[in-house]
Amino acid sequence: MEENKIKPAENIVIIGGSAGSLDIILKIVPGLQQINAAIIMVLHRKSSSDTILVDLLTVKTKLKVKEAEEKEMIVAGCIYIAPADYHLLIEKDCTFSLDVSEKINYSRPSIDVTFESASEVYGPHLTGILLSGANADGADGLGAIKQNNGICIAQDPSTAEVPYMPQYAIDHVAIDHILTAEQIKDYINNIV
Amino acid sequence: MLETQMVSDGEMELLISDILSIYGYDFTDYSKASLKRRLNRIYMLDKFPSFAEFRYRIKNDAAYFSRFVEEITVNVTEMFRDPSFYKTLKEEVLPVLATKPLIRIWHAGCSTGEEVYSMAIMLEEANLLQKSLLYATDLNPSVLERLKKGIFPLSQMKQYSENYILSGGRNEFSKYYRAKYDLAKFDENLQKKMIVSTHNLVSDRSFNEFQLILCRNVLIYFDKPLQDKALALFDESLENLGFLALGAKENLKFSPVARKYKQLANKEKIWRKTR
Repeated sequence: MEENKIKPAENIVIIGGSAGSLDIILKIVPGLQQINAAIIMVLHRKSSSDTILVDLLTVKTKLKVKEAEEKEMIVAGCIYIAPADYHLLIEKDCTFSLDVSEKINYSRPSIDVTFESASEVYGPHLTGILLSGANADGADGLGAIKQNNGICIAQDPSTAEVPYMPQYAIDHVAIDHILTAEQIKDYINNIV
Repeated sequence: MLETQMVSDGEMELLISDILSIYGYDFTDYSKASLKRRLNRIYMLDKFPSFAEFRYRIKNDAAYFSRFVEEITVNVTEMFRDPSFYKTLKEEVLPVLATKPLIRIWHAGCSTGEEVYSMAIMLEEANLLQKSLLYATDLNPSVLERLKKGIFPLSQMKQYSENYILSGGRNEFSKYYRAKYDLAKFDENLQKKMIVSTHNLVSDRSFNEFQLILCRNVLIYFDKPLQDKALALFDESLENLGFLALGAKENLKFSPVARKYKQLANKEKIWRKTR
């Protein structure tokens, strides 16, 4: 059967973004090739705009774009969007789970929550990327990724519409790479 | 700063087994990522110096255990959450229920009861509250105590009022509560038809037959087999042609009972039992 062939992604890239991050995402996504990783996007936004984001990205890439569903297995070559108003967590069996508990850093979904939970499962096979934003969300999560030997990337704050979020992470965590949108795209395309 | 790995997976398993044998609460089939996050959260919040002390306290202090249960289960809820869902209830489900001599509704996993009050308000406005019974259950007795008081933070009322209007409410939302200091006490009339009791979806059985069962944002904390088990319990507790309502990101689609149900046409998470 077809299902038997489905294997969970070996590598994942989680992109966290807040204010000003959509422009950067629209610069990264169109240049992505068939990649050996799953991409998960955790973006702060109004709670009603779910399908808009999926629709917007779908027309920009050949990769499959969909909202992350609970109990869904994470597979390579797919871009998953964290649903609005839920925290997105990763289970040991490489499936998603959702959680409506308290906001973290005034945010649900919180980037920290997804970074931290994924770091335990994916260890060195996880890259966390933090983009533009006006919030401290994501920095603690990058710390957890680092602790579990994953890779931490922050958008170059000088290229960010709102530099606070990547800058806060750079000031608090030993970031591996500080990159522009173009460099982030190349980094993801080169994951093997 | 680093908060991860404070309670390890093995330690979590130990706690789950302690809690089951001492208190009878079974968290074995809960989604582990979320449960672990909640465990770490309370461990930090209550500043335990070691896992051993955390475990000892849970095992030996029943009063603390009740706080523990409240903290590790998620009790975030709001009135008229997802207004379009309530609009559908009001426009498509209530008119069907209105034809019944007695309306029985079950709010399973209702937490502090914001959704139960929302339902009572809708029933009141449809002139149906008088002949309705709203069963409100949760595994956690302390949240049910709060439900019975009907007192919620005044700071939430702006959001609830917006939700209420978006759901099609036509009154001033403030007519349903009296504000005092930073609290809002809801009209006692709304409570008269509520029947409040503890019920654990993991271990307790069906206790009545209903025309509408709501269980929103509870199943997301269960693993797949436990989700299926809870759905079978709802199926057993639902009259033929009754309605089952789930949370915005929950689905009946892949469960064994799915073939007996048909989702409402507008794609809200409401299913009707067809056989």
